[in-house]
Amino acid sequence: MKKVMQYVRPQLGKISFQLAIKLSANIVELLLPWMLSYILDNVVPTGDMRQVFLWGGLMILCAAIALIGNVIPNRMATKTSRDITESLRHDLFEKVMNLSSSQTDRFTVPSLISRLTADTYNVHQMIDRVQRMGIRAPIMVLGGTIITLTLDPVLTLILACTLPLLGFIIWYISSRGIPLYTEVQGTLDSLVRKVQENMTGVRVIKALSKSEFERDKFGKANDEMFEKERRAGMLMASTNPVMNLILNIGLTLVIVVGAFRVNAGLTQPGKIIAFLTYFTLILHSLMMISRMFVMVSKGISSAKRIEDVLDAPDDMVVNECDHVDSEYHIEFKNVSFSYNKKKENIADISFALRRGETLGIIGPTGSGKTTIISLLLRFYDPDSGEIRISGDKIEGIEPEKLRSKFGVVFQNDFLFADSIRENIDFGRSLSDEQLEKAAKTAQADFIFEKENGFLSLLTSKGSNLSGGQKQRLLIARALAASPEILIFDDCSSALDYKTDADFRRALSEELSDTTTIIVAQRISSIMGADKIMVLDEGRIIGYGTHSELISGCRSYQDIFEIQMGKRADR
Amino acid sequence: MNEHKQPPMPGGFGAAGSGKFEKPVAKTSEILRRLWKYLCKFKWQLILALLLCVASNVLALVGPKLSGFAIDAIKPGKGQVNFPSVFHYAILMIIFYVASSILGYLLSALMIKLSCRVVNRMRRDAFDKLTTLPVGFFDKHQTGDIISVISYDIDTINTSLANDLPQMLTSVITVVVSFVMMLTISVKLMLVFVLTIPMTIVYTRYRSKKVRPLYRRRSEKLGAMNGFAEETIGGQKTAKAYSREKVFIGRFDRKNKEAVDANYEADCFASITGPMVMFLSNLSLALISILGAILFMAGSITLGNISSFVLYSRKFSGPINEFANIISELQSALAAAERVLRLLDEKPEPEDVPDAVELRDVKGNVELRNVTFGYDPEKPIIKDLSLSAPEGAVIAIVGPTGAGKTTIVNLLMRFYDIDSGTITIDGLDIRNVTRNSLRLAYTMVLQDTWLFHGTIFENISYGKDGATLEDVMNAAKIAKIHNYIMSLPDGYDTLLSDDGINISKGQKQLLTLARAILLDSRILILDEATSNVDTQTERRIQNAMLQLMKGRTCFVIAHRLSTIQNADSILVVSNGSIVEQGTHSELLSKGGFYSELYYAQFESY
Repeated sequence: MKKVMQYVRPQLGKISFQLAIKLSANIVELLLPWMLSYILDNVVPTGDMRQVFLWGGLMILCAAIALIGNVIPNRMATKTSRDITESLRHDLFEKVMNLSSSQTDRFTVPSLISRLTADTYNVHQMIDRVQRMGIRAPIMVLGGTIITLTLDPVLTLILACTLPLLGFIIWYISSRGIPLYTEVQGTLDSLVRKVQENMTGVRVIKALSKSEFERDKFGKANDEMFEKERRAGMLMASTNPVMNLILNIGLTLVIVVGAFRVNAGLTQPGKIIAFLTYFTLILHSLMMISRMFVMVSKGISSAKRIEDVLDAPDDMVVNECDHVDSEYHIEFKNVSFSYNKKKENIADISFALRRGETLGIIGPTGSGKTTIISLLLRFYDPDSGEIRISGDKIEGIEPEKLRSKFGVVFQNDFLFADSIRENIDFGRSLSDEQLEKAAKTAQADFIFEKENGFLSLLTSKGSNLSGGQKQRLLIARALAASPEILIFDDCSSALDYKTDADFRRALSEELSDTTTIIVAQRISSIMGADKIMVLDEGRIIGYGTHSELISGCRSYQDIFEIQMGKRADR
Repeated sequence: MNEHKQPPMPGGFGAAGSGKFEKPVAKTSEILRRLWKYLCKFKWQLILALLLCVASNVLALVGPKLSGFAIDAIKPGKGQVNFPSVFHYAILMIIFYVASSILGYLLSALMIKLSCRVVNRMRRDAFDKLTTLPVGFFDKHQTGDIISVISYDIDTINTSLANDLPQMLTSVITVVVSFVMMLTISVKLMLVFVLTIPMTIVYTRYRSKKVRPLYRRRSEKLGAMNGFAEETIGGQKTAKAYSREKVFIGRFDRKNKEAVDANYEADCFASITGPMVMFLSNLSLALISILGAILFMAGSITLGNISSFVLYSRKFSGPINEFANIISELQSALAAAERVLRLLDEKPEPEDVPDAVELRDVKGNVELRNVTFGYDPEKPIIKDLSLSAPEGAVIAIVGPTGAGKTTIVNLLMRFYDIDSGTITIDGLDIRNVTRNSLRLAYTMVLQDTWLFHGTIFENISYGKDGATLEDVMNAAKIAKIHNYIMSLPDGYDTLLSDDGINISKGQKQLLTLARAILLDSRILILDEATSNVDTQTERRIQNAMLQLMKGRTCFVIAHRLSTIQNADSILVVSNGSIVEQGTHSELLSKGGFYSELYYAQFESY
C-alpha cells in the first residue's frame, strides 16, 4: 500500500478539505432529529406558529446544507480518485514498457495485462468508495455515539457491547469468504480456459465430432463452479440476517435496560426513543463499513500486485562507454547466456560481420537462434562474453541509440488495430515515400491493391490479413527507417518461395550497405548469405559460406539434402 | 487465409471487437421476457422466495410497533414502569426478530441457490451454443469478447438475481407496509408525501435515463483501454526494438484519460444520488415536523403518533434510496443479459438436411465440380474449381500465399458451405450426409496446432475414444515424440498447460501428428502439417508420414515443395482457380507457374 499511498499523498490537501465539508454536513444532518424533538418538546407547547415555521424552515435549510455538503465532496472525491488512477496507470504502463525482458518473463505477459487492467480498476474503486463512504460512515458512528453518550451513558454501554461482536462477525465472515471467493475465481479461470480452447480449436473439435464431449467437460467445470459459488454465497448470505439480529436484540435490550432506568428515575422514555433512532443510524453505518471491507481487501491485494511491478528495479543499467577500434560492424566474442541460469541456452558464440554483410542462422527449434538476436538487441545481458557494434560494447550504448540502429522482425510479431500506414510507421513519423519504398522492397504490393491503400484498417493482431501479408507488412516496418542493421527472425516462413526469393533479391539490390541477420528454417532463405551459422543446442556446429559448409558440415548437408532433394548440384 | 473474412472495423486501436455485442439496445420487455423463461423453470422456488420475503419483512416491520407498545408501558416517573408488559413486548420483539432473521437467511440462501442454478444453466446454454456455431463465427469474433460474455456478463446477472431482486422485493414490501402504517396513523400527515414522492419519482426516472448511456460509455472506454494495454504489452519487445516506448505510452495516456473521464462522468452523476435521496428524506422530516406541529396544536394527533410516523417515514424513504441504486444495478444486469441473449441468438450451423445419410465405409473418392465460394459472396475466393481425388490418391495443393488453399479445406470439411457447384464423397453430395459422419471421414493435421489443458495422453487420444496407453505410445513412437515424452518427469501424464513445461512449436506439431496417427479415417488433410518441425526431425518422421498417407486419399498443402514431389497430382492454385495440374515432372517440364515457384527456392539471394 505504501507505494499507492504516494499517489494519494499529493491529493491529501483536497481530501482533507473534502473531509471537512463532509464532516460539517453530516453533523448538520445529525442535528435534524434533535431539532424535531426540540419542536415537539419546546416549541409546540408554546403554540407559536411563527416559531414552528422558523424551526421547520431551519430544518429544510439544514437538509439543503447536508445535500450540498455531501454532493460537493462526492464530486471532489470522484475527481481525486480519477486523477490518482490516471497517474497510477500511466506510471504502471510506463514501467511495464520499460521492464527488461527478463522481468517481463518473470511477471508473464497475461499477469502484467491483468495488473494493468483489473487491478488498477480495483484500486480505483477502493479509493473512490473509501473517500465517499469511508468518511460518512465513521462520522455517523462517531457523531451518533457522542450524541447517545449525552443522552444516556449507561445505554451507550449496550451499544459498546454489540460493536466488538459485530466487528468479530465482519472479520469472521470475510476471512472465511475471501478464500472461498478466491476458489471461485480459480474455477472461473478454468471455465474461461475451456471457452478459449474451444474457440481456437473449433476446427479440430468439429473435425473430430467432439462437440458432445466438450459440452460434457464444460458441464463438469460449470457444475463445480456452481457448487463453489453457492458455498461462498451461502456464507456471505448470513452476514445481513446475523447483523440485523444483533442490531435488533441490542434494540430490545436498550428498551429493557431503559425500562429499569426509567423506573429508577434515571432517564425519560423520550430519550429512549431518540436513543433508538441513533442506534439504528449507527448500526446502518457499520453495515456500510462491512460492505466496504470486502472492496478494500480486494483493493489492497490489487495494490500489492501493482506495487510489485512498480518496485521492480531498473536492471538494464547503461555502463560507461567502452570502445575499441574495430573493422567489424557486429562482433560477438565468446557469448554465453542462460534464461534460467541453470542450463545454458547459448554457449561460447563468436562471430564478426563487416558492414553490409549478411549472416544466416539455421538450426533446429530450440537451438538458440532467437536468443542470439535478443542479446544483440540487449533484451538480456549475456552471462559471459561481449557484444560490440562498431567497436562499442552494447552495454555502454544508450538503449534508444542502440535500438535506433536496428530494423527487426520477430516471430509472430505485433500488429495492432489501426491503419496499415500506422502499423508500418510505428509512431516514427516517417514520410510517405519512405513507407512506400519499404512496402515495395518488402513485396507488400497487396497494400496498393487495397481500396484504401495505406489507410486500410487492420483488426486486432492483424487478423484480417493472411500470414504472408502480415509478414510482408512487418518486413516493411523493419525496412522503413533505413536502419544500419536488419534482423529477420524467421519472418518469411509464410511466404511462398517465389515471393521470398523476390524479396531477398530486392533486399540485396537496394540495401547492399545494410548489415543483415536472417534466421530461418528454410535453407533457401540463407543460402546466399556471406556467412552462415549452423546452431545446435546453443553451440555453433558450422560457420562459413554455403560452399564451405556444403563440403564441411554434416548437419548442413543434411538440411540441404532434405529440403532441396536431389538438386544439390545446382 | 484470413483475407476478406471480415470488413475492417470502424474505430481505432483496441476498440476493435470491444463493440461486438454492443449493438443498439433491444427492448427491455423482450429481454425480461426471455430472462423469465430461465426463471420460470424455478417457479415454485420463486413463489417460496416471495413468501419468505414477505414474511420476513412483515415480521421485521412489526418490530417498531411492538417497541412502541413497550415504550408506552414505560411510564415516566419513578416506579411507574409496567414491567410485566415491558418484558412481554421485549420477548415478543426478540421472537419476531429471530424469526425474521431466520426467514431472511433462508430467503438469501434460496435466492443464491436459485441464481447459481439459473446462471449455471445459462452458462451451459451459452457454451452449448458455442459448440453448435459454424466456424465462420469464430473467424469473426474475438475470443476475449466471448469470454467476457460467459464470465463477466453472466456473473453480473448472477449478482443481480441473488442480491438485487430480493432487495427490490424487500423495498417494495417496506414501502407498502410503511405506507399503510402511516395511513393508519394520520391521513393528513400523508400530505407531506404529495410533495416528496413525485420529486423522488421524477428524480429516479431522470437519473436512470441519464446514467444508462454514461455507464455504457464507461464500459466501452474501459474496454478500449484494456484492449490497447493487452495488445501493446503483447508487443512490448517490438516497441522496445524500435524504441517506441514513449509513443505507446502517449497513446496509452490518451486511452487512459478517456477511460477515467468516462468513469468520472458516470460516477459524478451516481455520487449525487445518495445525498439527493437523503435530502428528500430529510425534507420529508422537516415537513412532517412543521405539519405535525400544526396538526398537534390543532389537537388532531398525538405526540406518539408523530414519533411513529417519523420512524415509518424513515423506513419509507430508505428503500426509495435503495431503489435508485438497484435500478442502476439492474440496468447493468439488463445490458449484460442482452449480450448473453445475443450470443444465444447466433445462428447455429444449419441442421443436416432431413434425409441426411450417415457416411459409412468411406472409400475416399472426393470430387469437386464447378465450386465457387467467397467468405463475402460478393468477392469469390474460389472460382469454378473442379478437381477429382480418386481413392488413395495424393493430391498436393500449392500456390502463393492467399491463393485460397486453406479455403479448399474449409469447404471439404463443410466448415463453410459452397455458394455454387457440388462436392461429393464416393458419389454422395456432402450436403446430403450428416456433418458428423462427413467430418469423421477426414483426418486433419493443421498448421495451427491445437492442444488443450490436459495430459499428453488425453491430448493424443482425443480423437479416438477408448484408446489405450499402448495405442497412444505407438502413435507417439511413429511421430518420433515418444522419447521426448518419456524424458518428462510425468511422461504421458504430463499436464500441458499455458505456463508449465516449455514445448516448442515443432513438438506441438508432432503431438498433433500422433493424434492423427491414432485415427483411422480414409481421407487425410495435411495443411502445412510440418511447417514448424525442423528439417532433421521432418526427415525422421517422413516414414511416419508415409505410413499415415498409405492407402488414404490425401490432400497435402505445403510451401516446402520437396514434401510434395511424389504426389499423384499437384494442383497449382492462384487467385482461387487451378492454373496448372499434373505430376511434379510434368509441371516442371511445362515451365509454367509451378516451375517458377519451384526454382525460386534455389535462388540464393
